[in-house]
Amino acid sequence: MLELRNVSKRFGGVVATDDVTLEVEPGEVHALIGPNGAGKTTLIAQISGMLPVDTGRIVFGGEDITHLKAHARVRAGLARSYQVTSIFRRFTVLENLALAVQARSGSSFSFWRPLAAETALVDEARAVSEEVGLSEKLETPASNLSHGEQRALEVGLALATRPRLLLLDEPMAGMGPQESRRMLELIERLRRTVTLLLVEHDMDAVFRLASRISVLVDGRLIATGAPQAIRLDPQVRRAYLGDELAA
Amino acid sequence: MSRVLPIFLLLAAFPLAMQAMDGLFYVSLASRMLIYAIAATSLNLALGYGGMVSFGHAAFFGAGAYTVGILAAEGVTSLWLAWPAAVTVAALAALFIGAVSLRTRGVYFIMITLAFAQMVYYLFVSLKTYGGEDGLALRGRSDPGFGLSLSGDLAWYYVVLALFGSLAYGLHRLAGSRFGRAIEAIRENSARAEAIGFPVYRYQLACFVISGAAAGLAGALIANQSSYVSPSLLHWIQSGTLMIMVILGGVGTLWGGALGALALLGLEHLIADYQIGWLARLAPNYQDHAGLAVGAVLLAVVLAAPRGLVGMFARRKSA
Repeated sequence: MLELRNVSKRFGGVVATDDVTLEVEPGEVHALIGPNGAGKTTLIAQISGMLPVDTGRIVFGGEDITHLKAHARVRAGLARSYQVTSIFRRFTVLENLALAVQARSGSSFSFWRPLAAETALVDEARAVSEEVGLSEKLETPASNLSHGEQRALEVGLALATRPRLLLLDEPMAGMGPQESRRMLELIERLRRTVTLLLVEHDMDAVFRLASRISVLVDGRLIATGAPQAIRLDPQVRRAYLGDELAA
Repeated sequence: MSRVLPIFLLLAAFPLAMQAMDGLFYVSLASRMLIYAIAATSLNLALGYGGMVSFGHAAFFGAGAYTVGILAAEGVTSLWLAWPAAVTVAALAALFIGAVSLRTRGVYFIMITLAFAQMVYYLFVSLKTYGGEDGLALRGRSDPGFGLSLSGDLAWYYVVLALFGSLAYGLHRLAGSRFGRAIEAIRENSARAEAIGFPVYRYQLACFVISGAAAGLAGALIANQSSYVSPSLLHWIQSGTLMIMVILGGVGTLWGGALGALALLGLEHLIADYQIGWLARLAPNYQDHAGLAVGAVLLAVVLAAPRGLVGMFARRKSA
């Protein structure tokens, strides 16, 4: 479904991603793990088109999208969520989700016809709100939501674009145990309908969700494989997992 | 809408009342206010709705005015040719300036729009064929044909009022449309808007061009208002004045630009026409420096009503 071929990115002298070759299979939950500063978020930004690749190619659904703009990649079925919540804070939950549905459904070069007449947008936004567990908060401004709810909306915005592949950048960042559990359940439900590339620091969640895991260290991919193989991989243990699993 | 109709009826009745009271001068002043209302509303579309702080809107205003002026100098006085031409020229200028400027953000966007506008200003200052610094006098107002004339103050007022009403209604529709929602979202969070699939640059550019086109219409009207165009219409002070009108009235509100234009021009007029005794004894020529008082009022409004005059009147979220 998604192929990265020798993708690299430098910022001045710093190598953020270094010759990354990676494949995400349709239907899988592919976890991307690694220490802080390993280049995970940079890689997500490159896949979603927010950052250009210096070298290498990105192929999505058999199509080369290396030079496709970010918005066009969303149209092609590739959506992302952010590690730092990025929602439309002054919009209500319903307006947030309806906006994402609108972005996906046809052109917005429509200057005259009232948006309020487009009930289909609202209907679909409601459906998404149920998927992410926000159907009780439809009229609440996004800025008034709790942290956990804002994280759910964050994922909901990406989901409302009806992606084939969803890039989740640390969906559980900053969450308490109960909020984390809810997010875990949400991702469990999502995996039935959409392929996931998941960046996450919570190793319990990663090993519970992932079909395959890739490990990024200093911008380089040091291993890809089934969770059990990754857990036992000596190189991975030395570079990253050692401390976390020992605890 | 229920509150808008009485206001427009009032505006429509105003010149008749003035005529009865022999105060036609005020009709002309009101026309000027409405023209600036159009210009400020056009800026508010880019600045308030679109979040694009254009400090060069005088370029589009002036481009519209000069299109009418130059066409008139070349013998083309038909309204049906000159006005659409003014709007088209302003739209093309906005397309070019916007296409370049929108590659930058924040303070760079402000500076680059200012720089473009100043280039246009100096272009017309040096255009000796069409008056250069002295400007260009028109022989009369544009010709609407059909044996009609716009030279009377009353007829002129109603034409301007109708155009202002159309623009306000158009903006109201735009704000409630798909496009309106998209540019609002882009203003709120442009990175996320791109990430959910909006081609941000294209929508911003479209918004900027519509805004520039409307400013061009206002320019065509101001050229007709006084039958005179000069580079001062293009000067950055003009851009600043429009921006003050928008901030004074209410950024991102339907009536903000109009209310700000009315308030600012009204205030300038009051200061120039009515002498305050004690102030005149203190500072004999204070009336020559209306800017000082205008500045004080602007300061007061910004501090006391951060959402502008519209915010003071509005019950809650309007527009």
